[in-house]
Amino acid sequence: MSGRFFGAAVTRVEDARLLTGTGHYVDDIELPGMLHAAFVRASFAHGRIRSIDKRDALAMPGVVAIYTMDDFADIAQGPMPPMAPHPLLKTPITYHPLSDTEVRHVGEAIAIVLADSRANAEDAAAAVILDVEYLPTVSDVALAHEANSPTAHSQHASNIAATMKAGFGDCARIFAKADHVLTEQFDIHRGGCHAMECRGVVANIDLLTDALTISTSSQSPYMVRRHLAAYLDRDENGIRVMTPDVGGGFGPKANVYAEEFAVALSTIKIRRPVKWIEDRQEHFVATTQQRGQIWSIDVAFDNNGRMRAIRGHCIHDNGAYAPYGLILPATAIASFPGPYALEALDLTVDVVLTNLVPTSPVRGACRPNVAFLLERLADRIARHLGMDRQDVRQRSFVKAEQMPYTTGLKARDGSPISYDSGDYTGALNLVLDKIAAKDFEARRKESKQRGKLRGLGIASCVEDTGIGPFEGASIRVTPAGKVIVATGASSQGQGHRTAFAQIAADALGVELEDVTVETADTAKFPLGISTIASRIAVTAGSSVQLAAHKVRAKAITFASHQLEVDEHDLELEGGAVRVKGIADMKIKLSEIARALAGSTGVPLPGNMEPDLAATAYFNSNALTFAYGANACEVEVDPETGDVRVVRYVVVHDCGKLINPLIVDGQIRGGVVHGIGNALFERMIYDEQGQPLTTTYGDYFLPMASEMPPIEIHHMETPSPRNPIGVKGAGEGGTIPAAACVISAVEDALGPNGPFIPVHPISPQQVVQWLKATR
Amino acid sequence: MTERSLTFTLNGQPREAKVDPRVHLGDFLRHSLGLTGTHIGCEHGVCGACTVIVDGSPVRSCLMLAVQIDDCTVETVESLGKPGDLSPLQQAFAANHGLQCGFCTPGMLMTLEAFLRTTPAPTEEDVRIAISGNICRCTGYQGIVQATLDTASTKANRT
Repeated sequence: MSGRFFGAAVTRVEDARLLTGTGHYVDDIELPGMLHAAFVRASFAHGRIRSIDKRDALAMPGVVAIYTMDDFADIAQGPMPPMAPHPLLKTPITYHPLSDTEVRHVGEAIAIVLADSRANAEDAAAAVILDVEYLPTVSDVALAHEANSPTAHSQHASNIAATMKAGFGDCARIFAKADHVLTEQFDIHRGGCHAMECRGVVANIDLLTDALTISTSSQSPYMVRRHLAAYLDRDENGIRVMTPDVGGGFGPKANVYAEEFAVALSTIKIRRPVKWIEDRQEHFVATTQQRGQIWSIDVAFDNNGRMRAIRGHCIHDNGAYAPYGLILPATAIASFPGPYALEALDLTVDVVLTNLVPTSPVRGACRPNVAFLLERLADRIARHLGMDRQDVRQRSFVKAEQMPYTTGLKARDGSPISYDSGDYTGALNLVLDKIAAKDFEARRKESKQRGKLRGLGIASCVEDTGIGPFEGASIRVTPAGKVIVATGASSQGQGHRTAFAQIAADALGVELEDVTVETADTAKFPLGISTIASRIAVTAGSSVQLAAHKVRAKAITFASHQLEVDEHDLELEGGAVRVKGIADMKIKLSEIARALAGSTGVPLPGNMEPDLAATAYFNSNALTFAYGANACEVEVDPETGDVRVVRYVVVHDCGKLINPLIVDGQIRGGVVHGIGNALFERMIYDEQGQPLTTTYGDYFLPMASEMPPIEIHHMETPSPRNPIGVKGAGEGGTIPAAACVISAVEDALGPNGPFIPVHPISPQQVVQWLKATR
Repeated sequence: MTERSLTFTLNGQPREAKVDPRVHLGDFLRHSLGLTGTHIGCEHGVCGACTVIVDGSPVRSCLMLAVQIDDCTVETVESLGKPGDLSPLQQAFAANHGLQCGFCTPGMLMTLEAFLRTTPAPTEEDVRIAISGNICRCTGYQGIVQATLDTASTKANRT
């Protein structure tokens, strides 16, 4: 699969607008008569609301209405529908659009204030008086897991919402006979997504038809429509949901949120447009977070370093609700055995509720967690046996000749999971070569002369991508000869418009500028799932290709009739169907489109179906597995504990590259996210569930001054599981990055340093670890 | 609230406006004047998305009250190139994939626009420090840094 545009590093069609301030984000929407919303949010982590006094607030300037859940009783009531129901969750653990009575984390929305300006709405929100009975709070997941803990939901007897188990092989036998067994505890900390655009919603109502129109900064506009329609007991046809330009997503914007429902309910109630724009403080307390997990792992391995079996128990922090069901713990399990050919696996994940912001996937979901466990274990085994770290990996990896490789785990439909293609050993060898690992000791020495401790880290990963069921695309050629691609896949900066235009332009023989791509508007394309889990290139990209080929076939059939030439002798080029080898004998796509648009009394040739258009859905029935090997070097300042990543090299294989410029951008941004997880990003709560890091002065995101240049090398093993041979690329940078950085830090601390089973690490910890080595 | 009258220069044009004293410059530009190219990312002065140039210096428009621009010269992203006629820095951003979602981009551009006026031949480290008050969650910064270096060297070669 390659063409004029597919595979080329073309610059993005999105850029001109976004560079000139003419992008259109949700907060840029202004509607006549629009009200501005602010939420009254809980300042406490767990309590029962006895009463809400809104009299003073209602009297404040510009305030039009203040609603609580009771005020919506004539429209809808009860908790929101679960996005991903799971049989282990007997009762859904979802929010109400506004809290009913029991509040379960700081930041939960209790009331919505509508005013003529955001400032007036915020002033009034602060004047709403709550009478609250405070309840015992649990903010530490390890404590929440204990039998005598206070419960995050007062009606529950335990915080364990579900226990998931999975595995394969005979762990007991292998552990009993293994040459070596090690046990380690891992603690992976909670962070956030921190898209630079916070969330936001604008809802409007048609006063004649009651139809709702909702613009939302979301990864899942079709899920918003589906679940809102179910909640309101309406037909989906009466709800249009679209995403304007979205300023980053990184996972949490895939949820259907309480605020989206509360704004829609307010619009229905007040019969005016309502806008809510999340501010950054709200983002810290109301947008889902991720990665908090405590793992206890036993690993069995043999004398030559081959990893044979893993037994693991996880305490998974799900926060106060489970809006996305059990998707995170399920992803954790599905991320095993990574690149390793284990003979047996035995996993138990306890899904634990706490009085903290709920968790849902953040870039990589639980794949970075599991890559951290597996890669740290590989390093640990090497240290135990006194071997090179790469030798443990290479003896334990699935081999290229074993592909397709059946891991032993089962997919959700019960079918065996199999890795489709890849060369994990080759990727690791290549990255070690590119970072010049064999000369590393000379660089370590040079750093030492400058008073710095240098370390080399390595980490590999496998990433399941392209999860089903489908995305779709329609392609229509207009009578002007322009190609309109519409898809349900929403975009948050990934350059979908460019990538899809590349695919369509190749198939239809037109230029990139002839193609317009419309994304994520339920009025323009009927179905969509979500832009999550590195799935859009596979699902929507393949759909664009399939639809384009249908349109191409139709154009050729038409031209074959008109030109009286056999279809096999025709080709599409320069915006026309032409006879191969005879440049003049052609018919333009615009002419075909006009003819197929019909004229009164004129039958279509060959009784063809009208419209030069087609729709296709690619059913992605089997995952396709991307993979990568990373290596990096850090310098540690032994005086301050400061860690600098000074080199970072990625070898990545996501199958065929549609656009190398875009893929490299996805990988670089992903790596930096992982470096943030390793060294900086720490969401801290006190014992009462109060968040202590709610500004970017307290919660550190990676900045340009701390980030290294990131060098990327691609291997291109085409996926056999979709028509364009691609695998997902959105998360492959993030997944191994924290493991890679921590591996390098551990290496820098030397053979007397500790095994590091945690992230993020702090300069204080580094200094303490170094003290202990002396 | 008593509104105050302001006189200022915005993107080369003399302007007069009335503004409520509590309104910050970012909200004033976006919601009173309709210049939505300036984006609000954190409203506590750390992320840099809202950066505009006031009297030649980059400022965070979320930390400056609109009334403070009286008699000042203000430049926003709308003063740079237009689609089809991008400025050299904007072109370099596109060529180096220095943007993905585009939300931090106007603030990045204005920070770097002011920086390149005073530092026409920066090193990579200079650029990284210059944007160390601008957060980008998408790109990993590398494309932005390269775009800035390319813009500076292209300009140096021309003059």
